[in-house]
Amino acid sequence: MADTNGSKTNGAKTSNGSKANSGPVTFLEAIKQAMFEEMERDPAVVVIGEDVGVYGGAFKTSEGLLERFGWERVIDTPISESAIIGAACGMSYLGLRPICEMQFIDFIACCFNQLTNFVAKGHYLWNAPAPIVVRGPSGGGVHGGPFHSANPEMYFVHTPGLKIIYPSTPYDAKGLLKAAVRDNNPVLFFEHKFLYRRIKEELPAEDYTVPIGKAAVRREGRHLTILSYAAMMHTSLEAAEALAKEGIEAEVIDLRTLLPLDEETILNSVKKTNKVLVVHEDTKTGGIAGEIAAILCEKAFGDLDGPLMRVASLDTPVPYAPTLEDYFLPNAQKVFAVAKELARY
Amino acid sequence: MRPGTAMKKDLTRQQYLDLYYYMRLNRAVEDTMVKLFRQNKIVGGLYSSLGQEAISVGSAYALEKKDWLAPMIRNIGALLVKGVRPRDVFMQHMAKYDSPTRGKDGTSHFGDLDNLHIVSPISMLGDLIPVMAGVAIAGRYLGQKIVTMTWIGDGGSSTGVFHEGLNFAATQKAPFVLILENNLWAYSTPVRRQVPLENLADRAKAYGIDSYIVDGNDVVAMYKTAKEAVDRARAGEGPILIEAKSFRRMGHAQHDPAEYVPKEMRSYWEARDPILLYEKFLISEKLLDAKGKKEIEDKIDALLQKERDFAENSPMPPAEFAAEGVYCTGDDCHKIQPKWERDKREVMPPKSSVTAVWTVEGFGTGKGSSGGIAPIHFGDTPATTAKSEIEEKPAPKSPAKTVVKKKSAKAVAVAAGSRKARR
Repeated sequence: MADTNGSKTNGAKTSNGSKANSGPVTFLEAIKQAMFEEMERDPAVVVIGEDVGVYGGAFKTSEGLLERFGWERVIDTPISESAIIGAACGMSYLGLRPICEMQFIDFIACCFNQLTNFVAKGHYLWNAPAPIVVRGPSGGGVHGGPFHSANPEMYFVHTPGLKIIYPSTPYDAKGLLKAAVRDNNPVLFFEHKFLYRRIKEELPAEDYTVPIGKAAVRREGRHLTILSYAAMMHTSLEAAEALAKEGIEAEVIDLRTLLPLDEETILNSVKKTNKVLVVHEDTKTGGIAGEIAAILCEKAFGDLDGPLMRVASLDTPVPYAPTLEDYFLPNAQKVFAVAKELARY
Repeated sequence: MRPGTAMKKDLTRQQYLDLYYYMRLNRAVEDTMVKLFRQNKIVGGLYSSLGQEAISVGSAYALEKKDWLAPMIRNIGALLVKGVRPRDVFMQHMAKYDSPTRGKDGTSHFGDLDNLHIVSPISMLGDLIPVMAGVAIAGRYLGQKIVTMTWIGDGGSSTGVFHEGLNFAATQKAPFVLILENNLWAYSTPVRRQVPLENLADRAKAYGIDSYIVDGNDVVAMYKTAKEAVDRARAGEGPILIEAKSFRRMGHAQHDPAEYVPKEMRSYWEARDPILLYEKFLISEKLLDAKGKKEIEDKIDALLQKERDFAENSPMPPAEFAAEGVYCTGDDCHKIQPKWERDKREVMPPKSSVTAVWTVEGFGTGKGSSGGIAPIHFGDTPATTAKSEIEEKPAPKSPAKTVVKKKSAKAVAVAAGSRKARR
């Protein structure tokens, strides 16, 4: 991955326990800052996962935490995803707020049962909140192959009781992660690894959170609405710029939270543009676009001047070879082409 | 293991009578539920712990009030010992609105975080093991000096999460006691077809933790073993596994006549009913007489009549209640605050970064238990044996390795031979 320098410099600074840095920080650094600051703020916050302590995490997101907060709060575990989630859930019953790391989010499949049957159902069934956060690097575009590139968010969007966050900017990543830690519900927090070191942003020095369940309008437009999130949000913006040159003004909305979905922001935009394109890196069948299509049919059918269209990854595993992966993934050209087609309606 | 070997008179009179009362209560609660089931008042399935009461009661009785437990489906007795009212058990099964889950789940699937310290089980076996390990390490972190306990069947001990959970608990030296309730049957599959081990307690060796084997039909032995394990876990010795050997007298649930169980096996265990065995002991030790027994029976009858009436009169939940409660809505819903019983500053910088409060130093080096007062002790690995095995393995081309290979080949042959013989 490119641009390791920036992250290293920033990492060294936060390792000393400082608050936000001056100057723009990477997505990765924003996540590190969120964990750092939450642990400083509240001794109930602990970090648990594989190689999160001594090594500082496979992507160095928890670098420096062990030195600062000690063994009891930064827990290196065996390679046992179910044990990580189970233990975190148990810890949360005594009022702790564990942040669990999946080394790659693909491995969340290993603790599917623990998450969907144990953690997610607890509050509904026996009034037991489980304030845990499960975070990890997700997404493709870095040639990680079929087991290190997944976007498994929709398995969990189908699970009542969980909240699902998938941010696209360092500011949101930090603010939403903090909000997730403070939320009383289990929150899955997807971090697109393509963004880790590729985007930088100036962050406020003071403590802030970003509300869970609120989308953000990234670009105003009147001809069509592009709904997206995570890395594809940037792809969508890129496509929107190209569309603008052809006189098509696309409104780009960053969903940020997939569960609960911010229907209000979506519906308001559709009222204005009357056309919707959903862009996601998740595979097409069963992706969030299908759910959004259903919501629009139920609640905004009269507002639509054209069919809901979607650009998504192929319905295949994520292939390894760059040529194959490039073909598999959506990109700005594909978004541009479909958006142009939609604009014609 | 002979029945009653551990029944030496060294508990207080009250403790002896408590164990008796709770076993009788456990059985009476389940007998009442069988009646309710036959009257179609129980909505879903009904699972029986008939003949296994000594395990639930004896083990849970070893816990203190502040300790945490998580029952499995056949641990109604443990819930009663922990303070759950029989009406709650009835209403759970009857899906009533006043039940602990207000009709959202049945059976023993309920918990109580605030008062009784009970974690609800789910139907997927083994999931409670890492959860209770987590409760245990959180308790240690907060300075609460608690021990956690859960149960698993012979069947559930084959799940992946059993391994993940117990291994994790061991690496953390969690103050956690796991009762492996070997009732010989996982639904219709006998234990011999599930696990190629004579004693399931042997599984503990894989995690470098201590284990015990106990006669699960001997409530005093069960209690004493559990008490020793709980004390050791609380003292920081790490998780402990107890295999309690018993037998599932009923089918998997009410619908299952369990015709797959050999008649001889059933009659053997029926003759070893834990309550009858214990009654004999109490009478011979002059801790109980006919009058005392009658008093306890009357007390239980009166209690259960009242509890059953309450349960039957409770309404079903209103339909639209189905839509409520998926999420915690915030502080108005649950004010989540850990109960610190140590100085928080110990876990905050700069103190937190200095030394670990607990370590795993010396852990996993083959240190075994002294056995102590355990009635039937098991799980010690003599340090010498452990050492020689370790030394043999790393030498790649030494004669030692050939010896090991031969040994294991022989062992396999013997095992295969014995399998054939059994067929």
